[in-house]
Amino acid sequence: MEILPDRQKQVRQTGANPGQDSAAPIACDKHSAAGSVSQRACVFCGSRVVLYPIADALHLVHGPIGCAAYTWDIRGALSSGPQLHRNSFSTDLREMDVIYGGEKKLYHALIELIDAHQPEAAFVYSTCIVGVIGDDVAAVCKKVTAEKGIPVLPVASEGFKGTKKDGYRAACEAVYRLVGTGSTEDVGPHSINILGDFNLAGETWIIRDYYKRMGIDVVACITGDARIADIRRAHGAKLNLVQCSGSMTALGKKMEADYGIPQKRVSYFGIEDMAAALYEAARFFPDDPTILERAEDLVREEVEAITPQLREYRRRLEGRKAAIYVGGAFKAFSLVRALKLLGMQTAVVGSQTGGPEDYVKLQEICDPGTIVVDDSNPLELAQFCLEADVDLFIGGVKERPIAYKLGIAFCDHNHERKEPLAGFVGMLNFAREVCNSVNSPVWQFAPRKRRKAVPAQHQEIAV
Amino acid sequence: MKTLPLQGPGLDDDDLDEPQFHHAASTRNACKLCTPLGACLAFRGIEGCIPFLHGSQGCSTYIRRYLISHFREPIDIAASNFSEESAIFGGKSNFEAGIANVVKGYKPQMIGVATTCLSETIGEDMKRLFHEYLSKHWEEGHPEMVHVSTPSYTGTHIDGFHAAVRSVAQALAVGGERTRRVNLFPGMVSAADLRHLKEILRDFGLAYTLLPDYSESMDGPSWAEYQKLPEGGTPLDAIRALGSSQVSITFGRTLAGKAGAADDLEKKFSIPHRPLGLPIGIRESDAFFQLLETLSGRTTPRAHAQERGRFIDAMIDGHKYIAGKKAVLYGEEDMVIGLASFLCEIGVEPVVVASGGRSGALIASLRAAVPELPAACQVLSGVDFTDITDAATEAKPDFLLGNSKGYSLARKLKIPLVRVGFPIHDRVGAQRIVHLGYRGAQHLFDAVVNTLMEHKQENSHVGYSYL
Repeated sequence: MEILPDRQKQVRQTGANPGQDSAAPIACDKHSAAGSVSQRACVFCGSRVVLYPIADALHLVHGPIGCAAYTWDIRGALSSGPQLHRNSFSTDLREMDVIYGGEKKLYHALIELIDAHQPEAAFVYSTCIVGVIGDDVAAVCKKVTAEKGIPVLPVASEGFKGTKKDGYRAACEAVYRLVGTGSTEDVGPHSINILGDFNLAGETWIIRDYYKRMGIDVVACITGDARIADIRRAHGAKLNLVQCSGSMTALGKKMEADYGIPQKRVSYFGIEDMAAALYEAARFFPDDPTILERAEDLVREEVEAITPQLREYRRRLEGRKAAIYVGGAFKAFSLVRALKLLGMQTAVVGSQTGGPEDYVKLQEICDPGTIVVDDSNPLELAQFCLEADVDLFIGGVKERPIAYKLGIAFCDHNHERKEPLAGFVGMLNFAREVCNSVNSPVWQFAPRKRRKAVPAQHQEIAV
Repeated sequence: MKTLPLQGPGLDDDDLDEPQFHHAASTRNACKLCTPLGACLAFRGIEGCIPFLHGSQGCSTYIRRYLISHFREPIDIAASNFSEESAIFGGKSNFEAGIANVVKGYKPQMIGVATTCLSETIGEDMKRLFHEYLSKHWEEGHPEMVHVSTPSYTGTHIDGFHAAVRSVAQALAVGGERTRRVNLFPGMVSAADLRHLKEILRDFGLAYTLLPDYSESMDGPSWAEYQKLPEGGTPLDAIRALGSSQVSITFGRTLAGKAGAADDLEKKFSIPHRPLGLPIGIRESDAFFQLLETLSGRTTPRAHAQERGRFIDAMIDGHKYIAGKKAVLYGEEDMVIGLASFLCEIGVEPVVVASGGRSGALIASLRAAVPELPAACQVLSGVDFTDITDAATEAKPDFLLGNSKGYSLARKLKIPLVRVGFPIHDRVGAQRIVHLGYRGAQHLFDAVVNTLMEHKQENSHVGYSYL
């Protein structure tokens, strides 16, 4: 296999060197190798993607136009009310701003946008250039906070100052400044926060409804369909359920340290993980055993409702092979398990931002021979897919054309998705999407598949 | 929305002849993208060329994502992936490691290096970086390396596109005995447009260099084998031959008077430059075909004359469905000039013509290209979608003509949007839209008329089945 020397320690095949898997863990948490065409983005991206769904806040990108333009209405994060987050606001810095500084422009931009849209708070994202020209963004934010009476929060997201994960941290820090500023008077005893779900295609609503049916109050969803007022009172919740561990762990840890709110890592993808997430919350409130009972009833009902259809999908997918390349490793765990439920095998799995323990776990839950990779790139991914001869690729926008060009079915599991894949109903949607793509008649015409299908003696005629 | 008057320095850096139409300090839903995007696309229109951004990793990822969502094709853009140390001490080591990795991984024929706002602001000396890298690594067969300066705090994606084309021509064109070859710099048009241009040139029997040409690299067939850099693009030899051609043609009226690739070739190799408008609609296309007749010494080939004739016939057949309709159009400056010209030809009144670009030449170029454009038509340059929304709400158009980013406006005004140009992120086939020439005019006409017919049908209580 042809892999850049700088990258070789970030790729592993399970069971290939027995006994060494855990001894020499996959290298990760590294800055991407220069010139490697990483599928990752930058610090700014990490912050933007996490804070984006906060619907009643103003999101102002301080920098030249690109960073704001490329993140305009980019996520499928739905709001049940305000739609302010779906706009793209930028200070659109020009040459003279770069020379003389952009503080004045930032100030005027904030004032006019706050006047026009009356947001509950504002986030100001620093981009690369701000870190170089030295604008005092925090000072401008402080001034505007005083003048306008709403929190104006700087997000230290200069693109080059680390990786996407550092962007998550910067976002958590900004959000954390809101936590604890609201009243928790009416927060009930059985209450949780949902951290790290972004209400893509309405997923937070599905999850929230499950907890509600169990008798658990959700105080704040951070940041799916989030409102500033909810975040302010999030410290009243008794438990934080943290999904997408990479993006929200920092917030969960802070809330644990300062408010004594324990956190549990959960995932809402796939039947097993979804059920586990509900039981986790139910067991946290042993004083009311009816919560667990209701959870059990709920799981039973929901699973029964989807089982016949899932069985049919499984029949049509059994034995197929898949590649997974997603942002966070926790999502990858769930996908491996969800594929198993459909009778499919994961042959390639990787993530942009997984940590050392994540990769150990991935190697454990995958079959021997699975390729596990950190911070991969198009050349590697294409190679892995061809060598493992996968039938399906699960990834995002940047992975999609790689799969399609090679005649491989694809499932969008990124932040643009329009179909909810979380919850029990999400498992059904996932199975349907996978089944529809894998079993589409179009692949019979794809040149790569076609050539493979033609018996050797007929190849010359076929060509 | 209410906007503040401009105050203090730093709110506007330009010193242009055109009046200001954007009065807010912020840009709200931009009608433009940043310069490196244009450069990356132009570089992918060169055979075996990989774009390389000297700066942060995010730029490459965002631009890839944006382009992929339009073309639905892979595009790999490498980056030197600046870290904090690079921003402080310079990106030399990242640059060298990045180029070496790209050479090894992609085996390109050329690396198109564009400098982002970050590397431009810290003052990277690219000449020196190139020199130091090549003095260590150059060997026979090493890929060509071309640098273009694309700080995103100046200009728009279109400026980055033209700048990349210019840098490539400057770096690679060589002089030689004059040939009958035609240089064509088409600007940022669709993949289908590029294919159509090549077909036209071939039918006139003209040898050509079309730069760039992403008609295949960004719109190729399904693969039998993995292609590290998708096939297609202007061959490097054709770029070298730019210096010995008989003429250069550049599309884009707002480019006149600005130094571009063709102007450099004129200065250095005395190759005459014939600037034209983007050939959208009948008059601008006629100007192009007439020039080709002169250059080739042939009359317009029958197939194209027939296309022109059929288009005029179709215009007549359909003219009453759109008579007196009003349109708001927006997009890149040269694109909207062509579209405005086309709309006036078919009897649609442009009421707002808007662009996020600020070349300073939009109004004059548009009025020159389309003398019949009503004086009441608002021509707005340097605006964002909030400005366009304000103008459109007042102008009460029947439809919008532009890229998919106007969708929320169309939804708000409850009018249809005819999607053209770049980007189109909510439909398939964006790369297959033909805008140029008689064929393009035909396609645009059918799209406009059918959209308005459908709108009428859907909004009628009668449910007409004949229209």
